[in-house]
Amino acid sequence: MTPLQRYLVVSTLLFGVGLAGALTRRNAILVLVGIELMLTAANLNFIAFWRYGPNPESAAGIVFTLFAIAVAAAETAVGLALIIKIYRHRRTTHLDQMDTLKG
Amino acid sequence: MEPAAFIAALLALGGAVAAVSLRNLIHCALCLVLTFFSVAGLFLGLGAEFVSFAQVMVYVGAIAILIVFASLMTRDPGADPARVPEPRAIQPWPLGLGIAGAVTGVLLACVGSSRLLPDVTAPAVAPSVRELGQELMTRYVVALEVVGLLLTAAMIGAVVLAVREPRPLDREVGR
Amino acid sequence: MAQTLDQLLDLVQQRLVALWPAPWQPWVAAFLGAAAIVATFGGLFALTTWLERKGLARIQNRLGPNRVGPYGLLQPIADGLKMLTKEDIVPRAADQWIHFLAPILKVVPVLLAYSVIPFGRHLVALDLEAGLLFFFAVGSATEIAVFMAGWGSRNKYSLLGAMRAIAQLISYEVPLVLSAVSVVLVAGTLSLPAIVDSQAGHGWAGLANWHVFTPWGLAGFVLFMIAATAKTNRSPFDLPEGESEIIAGHMVEYSGFKYALFYLGEYLSLFAISGVGITLFLGGWRAPVAWLDWVPSYLWFGAKLLGCIAVFIWLRGTMPRLRADQLMNFAWKFMLPMSLVTLVAAAMWHATATWTFPGAGLWRWVLGAALLLLPYRALSRSLTQRGRLGPRRYRFAD
Repeated sequence: MTPLQRYLVVSTLLFGVGLAGALTRRNAILVLVGIELMLTAANLNFIAFWRYGPNPESAAGIVFTLFAIAVAAAETAVGLALIIKIYRHRRTTHLDQMDTLKG
Repeated sequence: MEPAAFIAALLALGGAVAAVSLRNLIHCALCLVLTFFSVAGLFLGLGAEFVSFAQVMVYVGAIAILIVFASLMTRDPGADPARVPEPRAIQPWPLGLGIAGAVTGVLLACVGSSRLLPDVTAPAVAPSVRELGQELMTRYVVALEVVGLLLTAAMIGAVVLAVREPRPLDREVGR
Repeated sequence: MAQTLDQLLDLVQQRLVALWPAPWQPWVAAFLGAAAIVATFGGLFALTTWLERKGLARIQNRLGPNRVGPYGLLQPIADGLKMLTKEDIVPRAADQWIHFLAPILKVVPVLLAYSVIPFGRHLVALDLEAGLLFFFAVGSATEIAVFMAGWGSRNKYSLLGAMRAIAQLISYEVPLVLSAVSVVLVAGTLSLPAIVDSQAGHGWAGLANWHVFTPWGLAGFVLFMIAATAKTNRSPFDLPEGESEIIAGHMVEYSGFKYALFYLGEYLSLFAISGVGITLFLGGWRAPVAWLDWVPSYLWFGAKLLGCIAVFIWLRGTMPRLRADQLMNFAWKFMLPMSLVTLVAAAMWHATATWTFPGAGLWRWVLGAALLLLPYRALSRSLTQRGRLGPRRYRFAD
């Protein structure tokens, strides 16, 4: 295996764990944790491709990762605010119990 | 992969598995912190110093703390006993696990069999922080502005969503 | 001679490293650097506890510790022995692992932060290109440690204290970073030794070119130091451990050596953040006037650090503790806007650096000062008039 492939395997496994968490857990916060893991795996992919790619002197991979980190921060802030709002309303963070569209 | 990177990768994966599988929410969040630190270590090993520090600062300093705060503010009293869960035809979690396993398997097969991946082992010359700043301010300036706008909008949105309506007494006193 | 004295520590390290076989040398060098930092700042920690107790006592018209050794100088040793011999109590309900890991996680990042601070000419353990970012990134790890201590103890005072502490740390991190960014903007680098180099030379009347001697630099320095006081939980921002309210906050369930580690971590982070403040605004290890350049650089750094510590002790002896709402209002409604204004003033200063017409220096000063003073006046007026930062009006008490 080339070094690039090793890092890709790590990031794939990280993505798989995140996906499994997001699909199987019922707590909304843990679903968000799974999504964060998937985003981190994607960042690892970007950096690995930047490092072992054909032209590492370009900054595109790094810049893309920086933007992804910023977007992840925004996503978490809004997601958690929504979870807290729903919790105040329905006293639960269980996704199975958030099944009505009526407030 | 050097031994240090191998250990970091193992820690990252172990932390990730613990973060999505433990019962206690706070333990999950702390394991997530472990994963974020290890991934920052992987970035450092790959030569992306700036991204590694930014990762620690944003993920550990902000996102993990937010998750911890949210889990403390939403203590789930447990499933509502008044609501009888409807019997399901399919249990959801084996299905989710199956989908995740299938996706991971396909991706792993792709990574393993791909002929397109470049095999570069030469040491990379990371762009300096100054070059990175130049790039951000020239070539990627529109994206930078959009991200700034997005962060502002997200911050205002989060505040508006999470703010409590003032109680009557608070309004009377004026704070 | 002066140069030899200046590089004395470097020379000693090189001699010691040369004694070892070649493959071991990088490890020995790294170990020596780390050991020197730990020993120096551990010693400074002991000295500072004594200085603080003496200084506070003098401010409060007392004598302070005077039983152990001359002037009570051996008091830190007695304190240390007491801490080490105390029983280490872990609450039965506590989360064992988290309770155990929290003090370690508090101290280790702070020690890591020392690796990027230049203590003298060529006297920096790691010259990272993104050194300042490293410092702030490592600093954000202490928030997790505080949370672990508060939550792992399973005590309501611990948890309340930890929540207070984290809210405070996050709120004051924003002005802290923003005021440092204004220096980065002018110096054009994130590496701390390079920032020190950007303050080289002497300007008007032989005064050094330190950033603190510019309008934005003065404002930035004051903001940075206020935010640093809050970041290190020191009075008047010591709400997280306010003894009269929540006993010791997140540290209430810790005793013996673990408590000593927290105590050590707080003081070490105080020194580290003062060191970064000195590097950013006070010219790092540089002498204030040209004819004092012969004094070794690390002595200048040490003198500035001791000066900062004295100011922190003075503040602690003088200021009453803030209330939680005052703390938050101050951070978000005053510190944050003022640090943004400072950033604009720094940008103005940077943009007008090319002015060459006669009297340009004066004009830059007037413009910069006006840019800072007008928003300051407007902000402080609007905040105090609406009673946001003033004394609380009790509805049922008057």
